Amino acid sequence: MVAAPFRYQRAASFEEAVAALAEHGEDAKLLAGGQSLVPMLNLRVARPEWLIDLNPVGAGPVAEAGGVLRLPALTRHRVLESDGLVRRRCPLLAEAASLVGNVRTRARGTIGGSLAHADPAGELPLAALTLGAEVSVLGPAGARDLLVDELLISYLTTALAPDEVITEVRVPAPRPRQGWSFLELTRRTSDWMVAGAAALVELDERGTVAAASLAFGGVAERPVAAPAELLGGLSGEPPAEQRFARVADLAAATLRPEDDVHASGTYRRRVAGVLGRRSLNQAAIRARASGETP
Amino acid sequence: MTDGDKQRVSFTVNGEAREAWVFPHESLLDVLRDAGCHEVRYGCGEGVCGTCTVLLDGEPVSACLLFAVQAEGCSLLTVRGLAQGAAQPGEPHPLQASFLRNGAAQCGFCTPGMLLTAWALLRREPHPTRERIRRELCGNLCRCTGYSKILDAIEDCRQP
Repeated sequence: MVAAPFRYQRAASFEEAVAALAEHGEDAKLLAGGQSLVPMLNLRVARPEWLIDLNPVGAGPVAEAGGVLRLPALTRHRVLESDGLVRRRCPLLAEAASLVGNVRTRARGTIGGSLAHADPAGELPLAALTLGAEVSVLGPAGARDLLVDELLISYLTTALAPDEVITEVRVPAPRPRQGWSFLELTRRTSDWMVAGAAALVELDERGTVAAASLAFGGVAERPVAAPAELLGGLSGEPPAEQRFARVADLAAATLRPEDDVHASGTYRRRVAGVLGRRSLNQAAIRARASGETP
Repeated sequence: MTDGDKQRVSFTVNGEAREAWVFPHESLLDVLRDAGCHEVRYGCGEGVCGTCTVLLDGEPVSACLLFAVQAEGCSLLTVRGLAQGAAQPGEPHPLQASFLRNGAAQCGFCTPGMLLTAWALLRREPHPTRERIRRELCGNLCRCTGYSKILDAIEDCRQP
């Protein structure tokens, strides 16, 4: 399997990439880590006339400012899983990145690329949605910001215009007494998730739930957040496993996953419920632990 | 496409400067093999099997998922370059010696990728657990050995 011929342009900046996209339109594809795009080129599922290589743009260091973690779009999964700041301030993202593909995928793959590719079973879209992350996007008319929840539309489909590029991902820094969890079921290590769940649980001084978020991956055309009214019911209550189980089961019951060769939709929904319960529980345990060690 | 569409690319392979004229769509894997680096092998062409693993500026990558033009200015290490780190010229690298000692290669097709992935792991983490080694190598497929001997061989090379 060999990619069909294409024309190749290196972009030294996001502005150059946008200009190239504006010039070549739908005939151009952006190349970041290439761990999803290049297999598609090799299999000739995709045959763009132009490939605009973003790699020369590079990625500066991850930084924390004003209560957010700022991740350059070309930050590689390897950095997310090993960077001290990400591991300390956003362990959910570090954990999710460590579960992406194999060691070579993580050496090349980028967070911007992963979000723009929008695989419904991708770890980073699920993590970014759960965390309430936001992306900066550059296009010919200038820059705009949108929530990952607004970015992700469906299978390999985002709200990005054909001439737009993600330049930065921003993740809210963790709050005090907030715990996290990221869990997935895979058939084999490094495979796509059959289903996954990620959660954040914040406790107040008395140890009752102040806020909780929960989202599922691999069970719909994009990662989906559990209904807000279900999660809202946890607030002000003790972080009890039975309560988490009930919320996770009700949230999973709203899912309509499809059958495929890896698992039936019914099985996926069942797994989502189990992982949802475990992730809320684990996040609450971590929240409690973080409160004990100031 | 005509030869006029070729681009010049230069990189080093095992410390030796190389230059080639390539089409943008030529994979690094094909270009390396055309340049005589037959120790880099084609397995799946989708980045799944790890047979074409090379170290790109020290990181294991799938040479089938990288276009040669992207390696401009990079330093590449193939399994042939590993032995350059051996104590004596002509001796195998300690990892290679361990693979031999432990019977970790049968047909040998996957072995270069296994060695390079293990080398990169041990350089980053000198004392990985067996479980850690197993995880790190999950993207390198072997059809013959059942992996146990490979894990034994890498464990044997951990720093005490």
